[in-house]
Amino acid sequence: MSQSFRFFPKFVLEPRLEVSGQWMILSPIIAIILTLFSGIIIFSLLGKDPFLALYTFFVQPLTTMFGITELLVKGTPLVLIGVGLAIGFKANVWNIGAEGQFTMGAVFGGGTALLCQHMESILVLPLVLVLGTLGGILWGAIPAFLKTRFNANEILTSLMLSYVAVLWLSYLVHGPWRDPAGFNFPESQLFSDYAMLPILIENSRLNLGALFAILVVLAAWILMARTIIGFQLRVVGLAPRAAHYAGFKQSGLIWLSFLISGGLAGLAGIAEVSGTIGQLLPSVSPGYGFTAIIVAFLGRLHPVGVLFAGLIMALSYIGGENAQIEIGLPAAVTGLFQGILLFFLLACDVLVRYRFSHRSVLTGGRCE
Amino acid sequence: MSQNKAKSKIGQLDGLELAPLLKLSGITKSFPGILANDTIDLTVKQGEIHALLGENGAGKSTLVKIIYGLLTPDAGTFEWEESVTSLSNPAQARALGIGMVFQHFSLFEALTVCENIAIADDQKLNLKTVALRIKEVSNRYGLPIDPDRYVHSLSVGEKQRIEILRCLLQRPKLLILDEPTSVLTPQEASNLFVTLENLASSGCAILYISHKLEEVRSLCGTATILRNGAVVATCNPKLETAKTMAELMIGVKLHNIKRSEKLENHDNRLQINKLNLKSNDPFGMDLKNISFDIQEGEVLGIAGVAGNGQTELMAALSGEIVQNDSHDNITFDHVCVSGMGVAARRAMGASFVPEERYGHAAIKEMSLKDNALLTTSQKINLVKKGFLQSNEICDLTQKIISDFDVRTTGLEMETANLSGGNLQKFILGREILQNPRILIVSQPTWGVDAGAAVFLRKSLLDLAARGCAILIISQDLDEIFEICDRIAVLYQGTLSPSITRESASVHQIGLLMGGKTGE
Repeated sequence: MSQSFRFFPKFVLEPRLEVSGQWMILSPIIAIILTLFSGIIIFSLLGKDPFLALYTFFVQPLTTMFGITELLVKGTPLVLIGVGLAIGFKANVWNIGAEGQFTMGAVFGGGTALLCQHMESILVLPLVLVLGTLGGILWGAIPAFLKTRFNANEILTSLMLSYVAVLWLSYLVHGPWRDPAGFNFPESQLFSDYAMLPILIENSRLNLGALFAILVVLAAWILMARTIIGFQLRVVGLAPRAAHYAGFKQSGLIWLSFLISGGLAGLAGIAEVSGTIGQLLPSVSPGYGFTAIIVAFLGRLHPVGVLFAGLIMALSYIGGENAQIEIGLPAAVTGLFQGILLFFLLACDVLVRYRFSHRSVLTGGRCE
Repeated sequence: MSQNKAKSKIGQLDGLELAPLLKLSGITKSFPGILANDTIDLTVKQGEIHALLGENGAGKSTLVKIIYGLLTPDAGTFEWEESVTSLSNPAQARALGIGMVFQHFSLFEALTVCENIAIADDQKLNLKTVALRIKEVSNRYGLPIDPDRYVHSLSVGEKQRIEILRCLLQRPKLLILDEPTSVLTPQEASNLFVTLENLASSGCAILYISHKLEEVRSLCGTATILRNGAVVATCNPKLETAKTMAELMIGVKLHNIKRSEKLENHDNRLQINKLNLKSNDPFGMDLKNISFDIQEGEVLGIAGVAGNGQTELMAALSGEIVQNDSHDNITFDHVCVSGMGVAARRAMGASFVPEERYGHAAIKEMSLKDNALLTTSQKINLVKKGFLQSNEICDLTQKIISDFDVRTTGLEMETANLSGGNLQKFILGREILQNPRILIVSQPTWGVDAGAAVFLRKSLLDLAARGCAILIISQDLDEIFEICDRIAVLYQGTLSPSITRESASVHQIGLLMGGKTGE
């Protein structure tokens, strides 16, 4: 029954007395550096000049104004979704279905835009945004209901609902919402200008959505750090029994987490179609909803951290595209990088609570 | 008391007839931030019952973990039967003949006695052989147990027998017992002592860890007393009084708690009437027909061995379990609260301190400030329009820390770094500062060092003197007799009628804890 868990004869992991603030910040930086090192190995194995590849991937996109605006365009949905997910993850609510909530935001908001195609009113855009957000909320409410009513695992239900949402969008653009003048392509009509988010910088795709993202980061920061709701969410995530003992309503907090993360994913979805794409397509997301999970963790589940993490992940998207065009790397390299980064991040996180010590040998086993 | 003087007493008593079985010299072990063992010398002879005394945190557990091979010392020598050796895991310790019975059992509830023993056996015997050996050994040492019974159907005392048998099957030369009586009724404990004396007379040495001084005095021939990681004395407990040993353990003179005069008032603050509750846990205990009441300024103690429904009772009273179909069985201040949740019951002026400190009464990973806010957030001055009022929260935390003498490094300190006693002072302080009308506390001083325990009990009595009705659910009979006005016993989910402290005896309460109702 007893076993010893030994590391190296001299170096052992031992718990720190307190969580290291320094390592909270250092850990993601080390993870990024390790990811770059892995990149060098992978590019070499692919037969490319690793330094040219890294340059093309991570630096070249930032050398032009257009590249920077594109970075912000890609970062917007990641940050919006990531902030919502981070709030949920803090509360131990594992919403893995942001992709679906994003898609439903696009469906509801985009549907409204199509419905209001001929209305010439400045009210169209707010209506589109609100309905898009509602779409995400609705899609987040389903796993929240299943969890609070039947104790169904939200990881499974929210994930499966993502596929439902994506197929639903696909059906709509292949069928009822297909542009009659679109040569049978599975696309909706282009939205009218009244349904489009205004562009912030001429000749770019950077739109008002980016400002939403910044406002959301600030609001979420205040919510989590300064309000009783944020406190309750943190307590329920760390110690559900303590939350129960304190008299916090757990089911209410689960609902709230889902509504916030679903709503923000929905907002990201409608901002994407009404700001960047301008119409509904069979696929409106290159996996933003899933990438945002990495963004949330890379950002230490802190809204400001998520902002930076969102930009880094956005760079991996743009860099991946650039590397495909410039040096012919396969598209899968983007996903590979994202995966490696999450992997290293989780590994480096051990150092936040533990440190290496060479003083004594740790043996575990049957302890009291 | 000087150490040399104490040691010379031993020399006179035991002479030189036995060679030491285990001899530790200069054992030192440090953990980040603390020196758990500081150059400890310990000698255990064949056939002796040797007590290792000390408060929580004195370094007893670290020392026995070193002896059992769970930890390796930073410095010092370990001699076994006069040859220097070193252990790197418990299997080696068992191979030498060292067995250990832990305070917390590691048994599979859903397996039989025999299966539980076989699964941990180093020799990989088959079940039939194990069953035969269990019968043989249990007869020899007077530890009756049926190898085919399922563990969940056994009492705590019987479960402990399994742990002891598990060690005895390895034919140990040294048996280590970590606070073995903390879960036993007084009667079960005296049965255990008979077994241990038998075992010692057959030549097995016993290292007995405890902080209960009376039982050490009646059982042990030698005691080594630890304080702050170092040996402060080695003495013969039979020649000492409990008070002198306690002072050695704690390092300061102890003051007895004085009970103030009881208020002459008959206002029922808390009334429980025929409470029934089905436990959610398959190995939990259902509550059956529980009735009691507590008046203003009164302290009621509920004694009982753990696992007899204490957890369920606490949850039912705090509102963590709400029964929707029940009628009027729980009233606070003459108002039925049966259908109310925790928050509503708190709003009625009730406070609760559950047994589990981390993860239930407090959150390890959060700061003291956050933990102060945990149960006080309903107070209007801490939260305005949903926003936390940082200054007020700091003030409250500061007040808890200063009023209840919590030793900390600051408000932002992570709660996990508080010692058990300090954490409990903080938790109890948080609840008491809310001026509750009703306070329900489970195991207020479990695992708390003696100095803090005295402080906590005194705080509870002060609160009662201000009119609060207090319910104490505790396994510690000394504590119950020290501070309660009336005592009732929880056994198998039913509660005995309450007895006033003046008319109750430890023997009588002990029998009730073991399920015997008559005298």
